Parts: sequence; C-alpha cells; structure tokens
Amino acid sequence: MALNALGRDIPEFIPGYGPTKLYQGAFALAPSANYHGPKLRVTNPDCTNKVLPDIKAAIAASGLKSGMTISFHHHMRNGDYVVNQVIDACAEMGIRDLTLFPSALFGVHKHLIDHIKSGVISRIWGSVNGPIGTLFSYGGVENPAILRSHGARPRAVMSGDVHIDVAFVAAPSCDCYGNINGTQGKSACGSMGYAMTDCQFADCVVAVTDNLVAYPNSPVSIDQTHADYVVAVDSIGDPAGIVSGTTKVTRDPLRLLIARYASRLIEASPYFKSGISFQTGASGIALAVTAFMKDAMVKRGIKGSFGLGGITSYFVDLLRDGLVEKLLDVQSFDLGAVKSIAEDPRHIEISADMYANPWNRGAAVNMLDVVVLGATEVDRDFNVNVNTEASGELLHGTGGHQDTAAGAKLTIIAQPLLRGRIPCVTDKVLTVTTPGECIDAIVTEYGITINPRRADLLEAVKSIHDVPVISMDELADKAAAMAGPMEPVETTDRIIGVVEWRDGTVIDVVRQLVKK
Amino acid sequence: MRRTMLYLPGNNPNMLVRGHLFGSDGIIMDLEDAVAMSEKDAARTMVSKFLRRGDFGSTEVTVRINGVDTEYWKKDLEAVVPHKRLDGIRLPKADSPQIIKDVDEELSRLEDKYGIEQGHIKLFCILETAYGIWHAYDVATASKRVAAILPGGEDLVADLKTSRTPEGTELEWSRRMIVIAARAAGVDAIDLMFPRVTDDEGLRKDAQFSKDLGFDGKSVIHPNQIPIIHQIFTPTEKEIEKAQRIIAAAEDAKARGLGTVSVDGRMVDIPVVKRAHYILIKAGLEKEAE
Repeated sequence: MALNALGRDIPEFIPGYGPTKLYQGAFALAPSANYHGPKLRVTNPDCTNKVLPDIKAAIAASGLKSGMTISFHHHMRNGDYVVNQVIDACAEMGIRDLTLFPSALFGVHKHLIDHIKSGVISRIWGSVNGPIGTLFSYGGVENPAILRSHGARPRAVMSGDVHIDVAFVAAPSCDCYGNINGTQGKSACGSMGYAMTDCQFADCVVAVTDNLVAYPNSPVSIDQTHADYVVAVDSIGDPAGIVSGTTKVTRDPLRLLIARYASRLIEASPYFKSGISFQTGASGIALAVTAFMKDAMVKRGIKGSFGLGGITSYFVDLLRDGLVEKLLDVQSFDLGAVKSIAEDPRHIEISADMYANPWNRGAAVNMLDVVVLGATEVDRDFNVNVNTEASGELLHGTGGHQDTAAGAKLTIIAQPLLRGRIPCVTDKVLTVTTPGECIDAIVTEYGITINPRRADLLEAVKSIHDVPVISMDELADKAAAMAGPMEPVETTDRIIGVVEWRDGTVIDVVRQLVKK
Repeated sequence: MRRTMLYLPGNNPNMLVRGHLFGSDGIIMDLEDAVAMSEKDAARTMVSKFLRRGDFGSTEVTVRINGVDTEYWKKDLEAVVPHKRLDGIRLPKADSPQIIKDVDEELSRLEDKYGIEQGHIKLFCILETAYGIWHAYDVATASKRVAAILPGGEDLVADLKTSRTPEGTELEWSRRMIVIAARAAGVDAIDLMFPRVTDDEGLRKDAQFSKDLGFDGKSVIHPNQIPIIHQIFTPTEKEIEKAQRIIAAAEDAKARGLGTVSVDGRMVDIPVVKRAHYILIKAGLEKEAE
C-alpha cells in the first residue's frame, strides 16, 4: 500500500487492473510518449460496399475473439439496443471473457447481468450504474470496474492505456461506406461526440444502423475512412429513451432555492461579464441555475460566448435568444437539442476528446468560465464523491465531473445539504472522484461555502446581501448535527472499482461491501 | 415587514427544519388544519422540539394553534410558549373580542410561569365568520398583543353562504373590510393565501390585488410563491428613488419655510410625503414609527 497525494491508500498492484500509478495532483503529470495508433488498413477499389447482412457477420468479419476489448458509446442513452444486441450475438457465437469499454451504461443495459454471470463479459471499463453497480459492489464481478471521466476515456485510448479491438457504433444515419451522422433517421440522437475517438483508434469499427442511406451520406460526423463494416438492423434504439421530449426547469422549492443561490454566486463572481461561458448540464438544480442566470443576463445586458457539454433545449433557447453565441455539444439531451444541432451552424458537434481530454492540444473545458455540478458527498477538504452512494454502493459514473471541475475557472457543487437523513457534506468522503483543489464553492440550501484557497471569491461574495455565506466547518458541523451519527460503510479489502484521475493515475479505489 | 408568512405543516419535519430557509418574512408552524386529529399530539411535540432548537435565522416565528372551540388550544399554548424563539400565535376563529381576551389571559399566565416578558407573544387573528369580519376593529383592539388581522378562507366562504369562484369575488369585501379595520386599529393586515401553487400568473395578479387593497402581505402555502409576492410587495428601484426625491424636496421646502413644493410636476403635500415614507419602510430603508 502507498498513499497518493490525497492520502488515499492505493495498492501497488490491483488484481484485474495491474500496477497502479499514484495520483499526484490535478495537473502534476505530463505525458512523454507518442500516440498509440490503430492498425494500418488498405481498402482497394474493389471494395465499394461495406454492408454485411447482420451483427454476427460483422462480429465474424471483425475478427473479434474471446478476451478482446469492445467499445460502445452512450449517445443512444437509455434507448440503446446496440450493446445488448452485440453482446447477445457474441454469447451465441461462443465468444467469452470480453472487456466491455462503454462510455457509459444505462438502466436498459441491466440485460448484461446474465452475460456477466455467464462469463461472456469479464471486465467493464466504464461507468457501472443501477443493478450492474450493485452486482459489482457485492463482489459479483471478478475484475474491478475502471472508472474514467469523459475526457480521460479518449486519453486512455490515444495513449494506449486501452486498446480497442472492435468499436461498435450505433449510427442513426449511415451509408454503405460508413459515413455516419446522428441527426437524421428515426433514431436521431444529435451529437456523436463519444464515439469519435474510438472510431479513429480502434482496430476495427462496425457501424450499426437502422437508416441506411444512399452514398454519400451528409452531413458527416464520423467519416468512411474510419468504418470497416456496416450492418443494417431493424432498430438501434427506442426513440423515447434516446431523447426526452423537452427539458423543464424543476419546481421543487429546495432545488430552486439552491439554484438561486448558485446563480447569485455566479453573478457576484468576476466571470459574470460579456463573453461568459458555462456548462450546467441537465440535472434539476443545474438547469434551474441556467434559468436564473438567463434572467440576470437579460437584466444586466450580458451576453455569453458559448455553452458546453450535454446540451438541452434550454441551452438552445439561450442560443436563439442571443444570450450565447455558440453551443459546443458532445451529447444532445432532448428533441430540441437534436433539432438544433441538425439545423443551426452555431450549434457545433464536438468529440469527447475536444470536450475534455487533458492530453491533447487543448480541450474545451479549459475555455469554460463556470460549471455547476452535483455530488453524492463533499468533505471538509472540498473533495467530491460522485461514484459511490451513502450505502457504499458504486452506482454512478464519473461523467465530465473531473474534466469540467479541472478546466473551469469557477466550479460550483450545488446540492442539498441533506438527502432525506443522509448528509451530503461529511468529514471524509468515502470515494474521491474530484479533488478539492478543483472545487471552488459548494452551494446548499444553507448558503454559499467558498473554498478558502479562493480568496478572490471570498471577497466577491461580500457583495451578496441576500444569500448566507457559511464556512465549510460550519456547514459540515450543521450536517452532522442534523443527521446524527451515521453507521460507517462496512467493506472488505477486495477492490471492485478503480477511480482514475483524468491522467490515468489512481485517485481512489472502491471496495467490496459486506453483505448485511 | 410581513410580506410573506409561510405555512409549515406541524407534522412534517422536513418542512419544519427547512421552512425558514426560503426567505419568507415569517413562518407559521401549523397545528390546526394541516394536522389530522389522530396526529395532534405528535405534531405538538414535534413543533415544540423545533422551537426549542430555535434554528430559524431572523424569520418571525409563529404557531397556528387549534381554535378555542377545541380541546387542544391550551395544550398547544403550553407546549410552544416556553420557547423564547416564538414570536407569535396565529389564532384561528378569532371572531370576537372575548376570544382574544381569553387567549390574552392564558398567554399572560404562561409568560409569567415561564419567565417571559409580558406581552412578548403577539397575536395574529384570523376572522373566519361574517360576525368576525363585522367586528374586525373590536378584535384588533381587544389586546395590545394583536399584531395583525387576517381574513379566513373556506370557513368564511361557508359562513357567507356562498362558494369559491375563480375570481375570488365572494371574499373581496371581507378583504377590504379587514384592511380598513386594521388601518383604523393600527395593526397589520395580512391577506389570504393563494391556493393554486403552480399558477404563477394567477398568484401575481392576486398579490397585486392584495397590495392595491392595502394589505401588508400574504399568507403563503408553497415556498415558490415567496419570490413572486416579494417582488410585488417590495417597491421598485424607481419607486424608491422617487420617494427619496419627494422626501428630500419636502424637507428642503420645510427648511426654507416654503409651504408646498412640486416633484415631477406634481404638488407634494402631506399625504404624498406620508406615502413616500411608507415606500421607504416597505423597502427596508426606514424604520416604522412605533
């Protein structure tokens, strides 16, 4: 065992993971190697059609064998059929011991549990949610999950930490030569951002589409130079699960209160001026922050530069109202966003690499002024946990949390102090996802709490008269007094999840829970 | 300032612990209509515990007890009065001066018993019958404790032998009478709550009507209603600026021995100056004379 820079005990070697590199600090590590490349291919003029009859034919053609790594992407979200279809086919073909490398999994993928139990899937390197997370938490999977942020994932691919044998891409619109976009067809999802890097670096790329169009398809998000095979199926997803209808601002008074406080903090910060850029995501509080910020921007005559990240129709309205100039979209959350990215050239599709990868020539998160994020827990050192719940279960992926927190000039965690009787501010988080050095403020229903290392913000909040400002110690004491003593989470020594920092070092590990 | 007084069900710990955070000028922990008969004792104990903790910031803290026509009201008072953080009692069915005198007497006895300054606990009287509305001035002046009078809702509608309309026609005159009686007696007038919690536009209209009638504020049943009512009951920057100019002009005229002066082409006389002071009080820039 050795302690990393946050004092977390990390073994030198983790079974099913390998030797560990200790987290040294948010910006401590710089790479020295070259990109890790895919195989070179030749495609001669006699190949004018890459379409194969079905998924099994594509699996066979791709050379996929037991023990290999396959990647998937979550632009179909909870409507996705492709992951389950491909793994079912692998199982039927007798392929086993696969490493699944998804950008995220959703509830619809609980279907995979049987394949995990039967040994078709041996490793999951990606977020594990819901029932799959519970399965991991109680030791139901042989190898630990590896949790990487949205930016760390392309970094891991480009640097060779992960080598993808076959990438399966759900393609809402595709031609016979593999030109793909996400904006057309019955399964339109908008941005294809999470699939882009995998298609460049995988040894083999299979596009799975339910909308095979005449060559050449346009617009092109992922072009033919990356696609090896194309498969046409009846359906790649359930439209109701791919995008929601419209995203509405919450009416929950507590969330609105916290959102109003967060918005006041942003208004008082040095970043609330023309050209401000921000990311707020689609969660209840964050979306409400955007609504309050919009009012403040209109009132003070401020226009923003760009909105980033997962894009909702609410952000599209900001674009149309002239309150931001551009949208950088790695994932489109609702119908309004899908329509906008298809029609409006100011709404720009970006890859996860461009969004958040720390090891390229500059990610969009570096250009962010403000990000509003959530947490399951925050501790007195401002370290944030988004992966494990109070029960100790590994139930959430890292998403863009680490990347935006590291990149933005003002990172706000907006979260109720208590969820039921469970305190969200504690002495020490069970799992560190994002280090306190990247967190500038916590906003709860009790007011604004500034990280003391941000002396400038401590000064700025003095101008806010209608929101309480409360120190971290007061806030943590209050949470403890209100919640009463919590039973500690009981774990075994066995590691079931490895939480990597953006640079591939281990920031924390998640241990198996003791069955009660 | 009593622009908003938020009802918190006395049997809901989640609301009791957080209710004061939503920024209303006052909270009302409710032991009456929000609490079922079978839960009266439990709610009373819970409200008492929260009062003992006293974690309410600078909010005015009141408890709506059960009416004097029930077996609960004395137990309710006994449970809440000992806690110093209690500012007042909201009294339902406070329809005659005699009821006020009875409650006043019991409060005095309890203040004495628990070493609390006499008269510390204020009374907020809800008039829920036609008789009560008719005697509003007498109720408002029955005790020095009376801080405000309020029109009732459902009970008053029933007593008036009418029914609810979307426009609220049935209670319009009762509301007007409350304002007149309150102003005559020198107490606050606090208006009805607005029941449709997702109808922001309806609330905005209703609150504007309350303000135009002369009410000091409204009862509130959902935290989301608070910012809307505050927006309406708080003077705008333009109104404040004009009020300040009027007062400055009036003071200047007085210093120079002039009778009248005009601001923006309008003569400034005593009632105009009075209204200007009232705007500054509402904006929290001036203190109200006792």
